[in-house]
Amino acid sequence: MIAIVAWRNIWRHKIRSLVVILSITVGLWAGVFMIAFSWGMYKQYIRETVDTQLSHLQLHHPGFEDDREVKYLLANNLSMMDDIRKDDRVKAATARTVSTGMISSPTTASGVTINGIFPEEENNVTKLASRIVAGKYLDSAGRSPVLIGKKLAVKLKVNLKNKIILTFQDTTGEIVAGAFRVAGIYQSKNTTLDEMNVYVRSSDLSQLLKVENAVHEIAILLKDDSNVDGVKEKLKEKFPDVAIKTWKELAPELELVINSFNEYMYIFVGIILLALTFGIINTMLMAVLERVREIGMLMAIGMSRVRIFFMIMLETIYLALVGGPLGLLIGYFSVKWTGSAGINISMYSEGLAAWGFSSIVYPELDSSYYLPLTLMTVFTAVLSAIYPAIRALRLKPAEAIRKI
Amino acid sequence: MEVVIDAHNITKVYNEKSIPVNAVNGVHLHLERGEFTALVGPSGSGKTTLLNIIGGLDHVSEGQVIINGTDITNMSDNKLIDFRLNNIGFVFQSYNLIPVLTAKENVEFVMLLQKKSKAEREKRVLELLREVGLEDKVNIRPSELSGGQQQRVAVARALASKPQFVLADEPTANLDSKSASNLLDIMARLNKEENMTFIFSTHDQRVIDKARRVITLVDGKVASDEKR
Repeated sequence: MIAIVAWRNIWRHKIRSLVVILSITVGLWAGVFMIAFSWGMYKQYIRETVDTQLSHLQLHHPGFEDDREVKYLLANNLSMMDDIRKDDRVKAATARTVSTGMISSPTTASGVTINGIFPEEENNVTKLASRIVAGKYLDSAGRSPVLIGKKLAVKLKVNLKNKIILTFQDTTGEIVAGAFRVAGIYQSKNTTLDEMNVYVRSSDLSQLLKVENAVHEIAILLKDDSNVDGVKEKLKEKFPDVAIKTWKELAPELELVINSFNEYMYIFVGIILLALTFGIINTMLMAVLERVREIGMLMAIGMSRVRIFFMIMLETIYLALVGGPLGLLIGYFSVKWTGSAGINISMYSEGLAAWGFSSIVYPELDSSYYLPLTLMTVFTAVLSAIYPAIRALRLKPAEAIRKI
Repeated sequence: MEVVIDAHNITKVYNEKSIPVNAVNGVHLHLERGEFTALVGPSGSGKTTLLNIIGGLDHVSEGQVIINGTDITNMSDNKLIDFRLNNIGFVFQSYNLIPVLTAKENVEFVMLLQKKSKAEREKRVLELLREVGLEDKVNIRPSELSGGQQQRVAVARALASKPQFVLADEPTANLDSKSASNLLDIMARLNKEENMTFIFSTHDQRVIDKARRVITLVDGKVASDEKR
C-alpha cells in the first residue's frame, strides 16, 4: 500500500512531477548523447589514425626511434617483409624510407617529413591514393614525382607539375637535395599532418640517400584490432633486434583517450546529475512541506518513521525510474539513429581538421554503459530524497496535524 | 469496570526555558471502557493538549499516563507510534484522510500497518464502511466525498485497528448540522453497540448534549466533571 500511496502521491501535482521527470529525461538524454558523440568522434579519430597514419604496428631500428636519423636502417627488410606477410592476421604491410628535411618552392620553404613509399603497398595500408584531390597517385612512371598535402601546397604556392626541392641529410651526414615535381595533391582529415608530410617513391629517396633499398620503417595493418598484441609478440620473437611498437605505444595520447573515457563519462554525467539533484531536492522538499499535516496524521495513526522515510524515498525513486529510463531510451535511439546517419558538423571542419577529426561524426555508445547510467540516476534520486525525507521525520505529529 | 485511561497529575508546560506556559496543570483523568466523554472548555483551556497527551502524541512535563495498563509516560516516540497504531483511534477536525486513497483504502491503510491479513482487512473494512453508511462509496476518493462523508470514513478508519478508545478532536467543527448529527448518531451507536470508548474535545453543544460525561477544563485545570 505504501508503494501505491507513493506512486499516487507523485501524481498529485502532475505538472510539478512532470517537470522533474522531464528534467531527468532531458538531462540523461543529453548526457548519453554527448558521451556517445564524444566517443564516436574519438573512435573515428583513432580509427582514422590507425587506418591512415600509424597502422597497427610499426617496426624500426631501435636507434631510429630516439633520433630519427637516416643512418638507422632496417637491415634485411625484404626478408622481414616476407615473414610479416606470411602471417594470416596481417592484412597489409609496407616499408618506408623516412627522412626529415626542408621542402622549398620558389617562394618559401617548410620543414617536412619525407616519406619514401612503395606506392601500391602504401595504398594497401594507408589508402593514400583515396586522399588525392588533384593530380594522380604515385606510380613507377615519371621522374621524381612527389605528393604534397593541400595545405602545404597553398603554403608553398605550388601547384601540379610545379617543381620543388627537397633538402635533407644522407646516411653519411652530408646535405643532399633533390628536385621533385608535384604529381599529386592529397588532403586527409588532419591538415596539420598534411602540412608536414610529403610522399615520394622509396627508390627515388634511397638513391639520394645513397643506400640501396633504404628502409627505416615497416608499417603493418592487421585484419583485426584484437590481434595487435599477439602479432607483436610473434614479431618480437622473430626480430629481437628490432623495435616493434603498437599504435597505442606510438600514439600514447590515443590510449589515454580510451582509458580515460570512462572517467570523462562519469564526470560528465555526474555534473548533469548534480544539477538534477538540486531540482529533485527542491521538488521533494515542496512535496514534504505542503504535506506536513498529512504526514503528521500518518504518524498519529501509527505509521512508523521508517515507513514515512521509505514512502518519500520511494516517491523520488519513482520520479527517477520514470524519467531515467525514458532519457536512456531516447538517448539510445537518438544515438542509434545519428550513429548510422551521422552528424554533419562541417561548419567547424577547418578547426576539426587541424586536430584530425572528421567533420561527420557518428555517435556511438556501448550498451554496457546504460546500466551504470541507470544506477547513477537512481542513486542520485535516492541521495536527493534523503534531506526532504529527514525533514519529514523531524515533524512532531501533534504540531504537524495542526499546520494549515 | 475496565479502566482505559488512567492519568495522574498531568502537567504540560510549554516554553519551559523562556516564558513558561502551563497548558495543562495537574489534571487527573480516569476513564472506563464504554464512556462517551466530551472534553469542553474555552479556547486555550488545554483540551487539545490533554487530548494529545492521552493520545500519546505529546509528552507530559509532569505526571503519569497509563493506557489500558501500559504506562506511556516515558515511552520513546517510536514506541508511541506503534502503541498508537494498536491502541488509539483518531478522528481529526479536518478529516485528514489520505487524499490519494479511496474510502476503502483509507480504512484499510491502518490495518495494513498492523500487518493484518487480506481476508481480515476486506471483511472489517466493508463492515466498518457499512456501519458508517458508506458501503456505496467504497471506491471513492476523499475529494469526491462531502465533509460529513469524509468524517465518517475517518471514524471507520479510527475503528479499523480495533483501538482501546477513539480520540476525536473537534470532529463536528467543519460539518453542517445534518452531517454533524448523522456523525454523532453513528458514534453514539458504536459506543452503545460495541462499547467503544469515545473522548471528544469540542465546543459543539450537540456533542456535549450527546455525551454521557462532560469534563470542563479552564486554564488547564478540571473545573467540573459531570457524569450523566
